[in-house]
Amino acid sequence: MFGNASAIDLARAQFAFTVSFHFIFPALSIGLASYLAVLEGLWLKTGRDVYHTLFKYWVKIFAVAFGMGVVSGIVMAYQFGTNWAVYSDKAGPVVGPLMAYEVLTAFFLEAGFLGVMLFGQEKVGKALHFTATLAVAAGTFISAFWIIVVNSWMQTPQGFGVNQQGQFVPLDWLAVIFNPSMPYRLVHTVLGAYLTVAFVVGGVGAWHLLRERRRPGGPSEGTKVMFSMAMWMAALVAPLQIVAGHTQGTNTQQYQPAKVAAMEGNYRSYPDGAPLTLFGIPDQKAGILRDALALPGLGSLILKGDRHAAVDGLDKFARADWPPVQIVFWSFRIMVGIGLAMAALGAWSLLARARHRLFDWSWMHRLAVLLGPSGFVAVIAGWATTESGRQPFTVYHWLRTAQSVSPLAAPAVASSLIAFVVVYFAVFGAGTWFILILMAGSPEPGERGAEALDTTRTAGLTPLPQTHPNAMVAQ
Amino acid sequence: MTGVSIDLTLIWAGIIAFAVFAYVVMDGFDLGIGILFPLLDKGPVRSAAINSIAPVWDGNETWLVLGGGGLLAAFPLAYAIIMPAVYVPVILMLLGLVFRGVAFEFRARTGRLWLWDGAFAFGSTLAALAQGVTLGAILQGVKVAGRGYAGGWWDWLTPFTLLTGIAVVTGYALLGACWLIWRTEGALQNRCFALARWLGIGTLAALVAVSAATPFLSYDYYGRWLRAPGIYLTAPVPILVGLTALLFARALAKRAELAPFLLALGVFLLGFIGLGISMFPYLVPPSVTIYQAASPRASQLFMLVGVGIMVPIILVYTGYAYWVFRGKVGHEGYH
Repeated sequence: MFGNASAIDLARAQFAFTVSFHFIFPALSIGLASYLAVLEGLWLKTGRDVYHTLFKYWVKIFAVAFGMGVVSGIVMAYQFGTNWAVYSDKAGPVVGPLMAYEVLTAFFLEAGFLGVMLFGQEKVGKALHFTATLAVAAGTFISAFWIIVVNSWMQTPQGFGVNQQGQFVPLDWLAVIFNPSMPYRLVHTVLGAYLTVAFVVGGVGAWHLLRERRRPGGPSEGTKVMFSMAMWMAALVAPLQIVAGHTQGTNTQQYQPAKVAAMEGNYRSYPDGAPLTLFGIPDQKAGILRDALALPGLGSLILKGDRHAAVDGLDKFARADWPPVQIVFWSFRIMVGIGLAMAALGAWSLLARARHRLFDWSWMHRLAVLLGPSGFVAVIAGWATTESGRQPFTVYHWLRTAQSVSPLAAPAVASSLIAFVVVYFAVFGAGTWFILILMAGSPEPGERGAEALDTTRTAGLTPLPQTHPNAMVAQ
Repeated sequence: MTGVSIDLTLIWAGIIAFAVFAYVVMDGFDLGIGILFPLLDKGPVRSAAINSIAPVWDGNETWLVLGGGGLLAAFPLAYAIIMPAVYVPVILMLLGLVFRGVAFEFRARTGRLWLWDGAFAFGSTLAALAQGVTLGAILQGVKVAGRGYAGGWWDWLTPFTLLTGIAVVTGYALLGACWLIWRTEGALQNRCFALARWLGIGTLAALVAVSAATPFLSYDYYGRWLRAPGIYLTAPVPILVGLTALLFARALAKRAELAPFLLALGVFLLGFIGLGISMFPYLVPPSVTIYQAASPRASQLFMLVGVGIMVPIILVYTGYAYWVFRGKVGHEGYH
């Protein structure tokens, strides 16, 4: 199936596959946990039932996403050892403790309070339940912090030495943790998760607005509230994210110029002002960008604030240190394109809101449905940009990817890769299907929470009213 | 730290051992319920079994992440050698956990209950078997050259590792049955009383078989267990196991509800201590000790601060979560 692919290519494919699949779920749970905390807080503050209804509606989806995040995350924790043993040996003294801190400060917090959040509302009372929801939301954020610390250290390593065995040894933990790219990447990642969830919520809301338009009395209050909240997020956070992405870009220009050259498709240097390339076809072998469509001077203006500033291309770097431009160039454009589309929908919603037409403009709702899953695509594309842009290193300029891999035979890695692909598509495909079924129901008063999902009242077949209790309420 | 040299490596070996044992204590019964699933009646009985662990299972599995992550952080060399050596069982364990984890969430949400019940049982059994095999593969010795694993990717598969695999599956099933005795009532509890008797016998037999085989794996284990002065230290272990087994049989006969679970955990603890006697100070027998595999002092110290502050807090709120969901469960779930 994989011809004569080497163990290292297979190990890279396996990491890319499992981490991409995995990150979909944390992106959803980071954003959803905060959204749920906001909904529960609003419910406790205002007493409006619609917030409680929405909480119960989204907490079911959160439960499924969280479970899939946990199991796909355990795979990641062990993959460093199975496929990247040399990296683990060398970088373990630095990245190991950081990941241990993630487990200690985040995973346990999330998992410990998740049960109470999902099933404990009647057992512990409102205040303690809200505390549990906040704890879960805090856990998802703390988890993002540590994993971004680890990844940023690999991108812009500092605060370490190298011992006789060739291991990276921590010298200054604060320097390791607050490495130069960490703050920028943390903001960009967390905003990305918030935006992803805003568009999921907005897409689901828009879907129900379109469906419920012809209902007597119009769309339900829950549908309207969730769509309106999502569009506020789109209008406010999408522009913020563009700014955050830009500052991360200038930070990358400073510390990883080869990555930016790959993102821009700049194989050659521009001593007196680089263009902004919109499209083109990177030819890695020849080292040129073919059929480029570019705006002169704009590249330098964005990166350095001056139309005539010099920008280095990949010709300034050894060929052996080039990242794979095709991947970086295109994944970057996909991410930016989606970001711009998100900001456009946010602006459109502001206009609609100003005209009191937020729940009426069906073409805007259709665009929101279309953009519903776009956050996931943008997040994966962003990670592909930054991770492929770090190549050919695992620890930037210090440890090459080719020297990080386990001493494994290709058939071992190929077999496990096939197993992961088959199992992930089957299992997480089913999970996605369940989430879509949950989303297909309208949020109605009397919505049941996660406890509805873990109960079987009948042996064998579970009839529709049990997975969709609203149907029973309506009868 | 001034003047007094604290053996951080030894402390870390203790912490990893604690995390692994905490994992076995908490996820053992959890996986055990999955292993027993095909033996339980369909419908409400199975729902009650699963409801008894639904609120706590992700917390339980987090200890596995701490064990893996802690090993990487405190003993990176051991992590780097062991993982490729047990590549196949580790991947199978992970896939087993994927199946079982999603079955938890998806069960009872579709008409295909048989499918997810099957995935739950299959995933749980596979994960338990793979954990036992991994343990056996480490115990029987790992081929090392330089700072890396030097064997093939099927070296782990031997009669001994299959024996340890079956031992762990049986032992987890016992923990699962005892947990259900404690947390349920009626038909399910009766069924588990009957199962626990047979599983207790099976676990004891498996423990005896593994213990009998271990000293003959390599010279070092033999010297440690069966010759003076080692035998004075090791002799109490089998004696205590025997005592615990007797107490366990008595508790079942008296239909005690909590005692069987605690006694089964006691057997696991004794087995775990026996394992420590066999391996110490090796982490990768027979070549790498905890001192050779240890990460630099700066790494160990930094993490020790985190563990010292966080683990007590974690134990408190984990205990709280268990407390909230205390008492007997019905098949109706938590409301």
